Amino acid sequence: MRKTKWSFLLTLMLVLSVFVAACSGGGEATPEETPADEGTTTEGEATTPEEPASDVAQVLNVLETAEIPTMDTVMGTDAVAFEWGNAVFEGLYALGENAQPVPGVAESHEVSEDGKVYTFKLREDAVWSDGSQVVADDFIFTWQKVVNPETGSQYNFIMGDILNANSIMAGEMTPDQLGVKAIDETTLEVTLEQPVDYFLSLTAFPVYFPQKREFVEAQGENYALEVENLLFNGPFVMTEWKHEEGWVLKKNPNYWDKDVVKLEEINIKVVKDVATGVNLYDTGKVDRAGLTSEFVDKYRNDPAFTTIEETVVFWFKMNQENEALANENIRKAIALGVDRQGLTDVILNNGSIPAYTAVPKGFVSHPETGEEFNDKYGNFYEFDADLALEHWNKGLEELGLTELSLEILGGDTETAKKSDAYFKDQLEKHLPGLTVTLLEVPFKQRLELDETQQYDLQVAGWGPDYLDAMTFVDLWVTGGGHNMMSYSNPEFDQLIEDSKTNLTGVERFEAMQEAARIVMEDAAFSPLYQRARAVLIQPYIKDMFVLPFGPDYTYKWASIEK
Amino acid sequence: MAKYILKRVAFSFITLLIIASITFFLMKLMPGTPFTAQEKLTEVQIEILNEKYNLNDPVPVQYAKYIGNMLKGDLGVSFQFDNRNVTDLILDRIGPSAHLGLQTLIFGAIAGIIFGVIAALKQNTMWDYGSTFLAVLGKSIPNFVFAGMLQYFIGVKLGWFPVAFWEGPSYTVMPTIANAMFTLAVAARFMRTEMIEVLSSDYIVTAKAKGLSSAVVTIKHGLRNGLIPLVTVLGPLAAGLLTGSLVIERIFAIPGLGEQFVRSITTNDFPMIMGITLFYSVFLIFVILLVDILYGIIDPRIRLAGGNK
Repeated sequence: MRKTKWSFLLTLMLVLSVFVAACSGGGEATPEETPADEGTTTEGEATTPEEPASDVAQVLNVLETAEIPTMDTVMGTDAVAFEWGNAVFEGLYALGENAQPVPGVAESHEVSEDGKVYTFKLREDAVWSDGSQVVADDFIFTWQKVVNPETGSQYNFIMGDILNANSIMAGEMTPDQLGVKAIDETTLEVTLEQPVDYFLSLTAFPVYFPQKREFVEAQGENYALEVENLLFNGPFVMTEWKHEEGWVLKKNPNYWDKDVVKLEEINIKVVKDVATGVNLYDTGKVDRAGLTSEFVDKYRNDPAFTTIEETVVFWFKMNQENEALANENIRKAIALGVDRQGLTDVILNNGSIPAYTAVPKGFVSHPETGEEFNDKYGNFYEFDADLALEHWNKGLEELGLTELSLEILGGDTETAKKSDAYFKDQLEKHLPGLTVTLLEVPFKQRLELDETQQYDLQVAGWGPDYLDAMTFVDLWVTGGGHNMMSYSNPEFDQLIEDSKTNLTGVERFEAMQEAARIVMEDAAFSPLYQRARAVLIQPYIKDMFVLPFGPDYTYKWASIEK
Repeated sequence: MAKYILKRVAFSFITLLIIASITFFLMKLMPGTPFTAQEKLTEVQIEILNEKYNLNDPVPVQYAKYIGNMLKGDLGVSFQFDNRNVTDLILDRIGPSAHLGLQTLIFGAIAGIIFGVIAALKQNTMWDYGSTFLAVLGKSIPNFVFAGMLQYFIGVKLGWFPVAFWEGPSYTVMPTIANAMFTLAVAARFMRTEMIEVLSSDYIVTAKAKGLSSAVVTIKHGLRNGLIPLVTVLGPLAAGLLTGSLVIERIFAIPGLGEQFVRSITTNDFPMIMGITLFYSVFLIFVILLVDILYGIIDPRIRLAGGNK
């Protein structure tokens, strides 16, 4: 009772003070003024002369937008699961700066002449957190689990390149027929269906991480449910996991490369609301916070403000079952008729850039010359109202129509709705006679409509699953599981087929460039923008590398230098 | 009384069964699969996964299985959180939600009653208008606006209370206040109206005439009678509060159940949707029963059905 009395008094005061604060706040301190002075403090801290790293507490405080769906790397499907799995486990290789594969559990590897057999030599000092050695059998056990349809791993397709994997996933073969074998405890031999240029980067993907056979089998249903049901082999170990609230990682003292790991502790808190994250950042509780477009103008000049270009692209899928969209001129008119710069600068306002290519910018480069994938053919369909109109009129003529109405299928988030309205406005303005209607539905429903191909234009996005242009170009093969717009070009199909089977290296890269050119010239779909995210990251955090797929960041090399 | 409660409990089970059935069939009408990586999956993969999770069975078979398991107390395993039991998931998260809800309810109701009584006693004075003003604000300003303001001004600017998280008593203050505004407003308005009516009734005049002090009259006779309608409103409100507020939990980063109400639906996490719906229903039914019983205690004029036989 006494407690209630107290809290009542307290609250009474607070309620009053809130109104007082609210009134005065509205009058003098505009929100824009506040970050500026906080910004200078940050700057002051950041520019203090460099001290030896050992004097600064190597503790990183970050936010995550959701609870970890699973710590079982085999079952992970999203960035949250991948990010923290990547911090506490390690595969044969790991992705370092610029997403280059660096040795992990494997100290070296050899590739056979035909590029199909990889022999990995595992290091002897790679150990689990119970002290036992990470052995080749741990990989075999885990990979067989991934491809076993009984497991229900949704990301198992990422192993499709390993010999027999696809047949096992379809239930036509048994998991023990997977193309992996242990030559001895520290030698793992992997046989692929065909040469795969990017296989090393695949082994850095969390689904490829090892799990200790005896431990997982002993844990049974409980494996990975809590900290005590897990064994780690990565740069960090998880020491505390409060569901929906947060988790704590500590430096792994048994990690083979522990001298490189500088962070002693990472505290992660679940904060779903962007404004809350920003407030926590402003009060110094966290070192990193994501921003949405409405916060960008406020923080643009903050030294901690940065935009990170992602390799996620959004585009119009154009359903070619629709008679009008089966017409190439109509598709080209649509591709040309949207001013993407206006979209990225005004609507998105978070560092996103216009997209004019089938493969995102800055994702992959030529194996020999190092030239960026898209440099060869440049941009397609940059905004051009006159050219759009020309194609439009030609298209209408071919169809024998004077007007047309199309529906844009899009998501139901704030950003999606704003973007859709912009697309409608742009298209109707530049293509006379076109009426655009919008259908905004929840994510799952959009996927359903995509799978049953019930749409005209659809705003859809795609992020890469491995470090190779193929993850983007093979979407559009005839009858492909993600095509779903009845696009078909035999020449394109052939190039993809060749790239997947008998080509390697430069030849393969160039074949994919050709394929990307063809699909763009056909205007099979129309890229709209390449997403970026605006983030506040304290400048004293060094070497927290951004990864283009799977996890967002890697922490192994990160440090705090104040 | 016991007979009455037993009868009510029996009816509750039927209600629950109906709720479970309706939810189940509505859920089956939702588009999409419960698989979190659905955008990456091809039709063939979805088919294989459906087979594994028995989602290819005819709906009546799935229904029978579900109800059977439910009666055994098994709510199934979540799709969003791999291999995690729905019952555990709910129990894990209900703690903070119930804590916040209870605090909100107690604070909101008591503060509301006090504001209401003051307003009634000092009718048409500044006290009354002030309390009315607060109540209007509380009812009309959505709690997320209020929560955001509290967080920014009290948490960031003044630094009196932690901005977010759930780590001790001081962390509960701002969420409680923000969450309680609606309850407070409702309670204050109800209380004022009832008190004014009660205070002008004959038996209060009689009590005063008998020479009882005005404090005794107000508390013993006025307040007790004024509380009756409030119990009706607070009951269902309590069920909502104790099972978590999506908005408040989101803004103050409280690890509660609130968000799952929405998230389980948008992700098609079928077992979780069923689990949460049932949990909420049980709670609501229980609270309504409790309110009916409380009636009898607060107001002797009300006799429960069968009580007089």
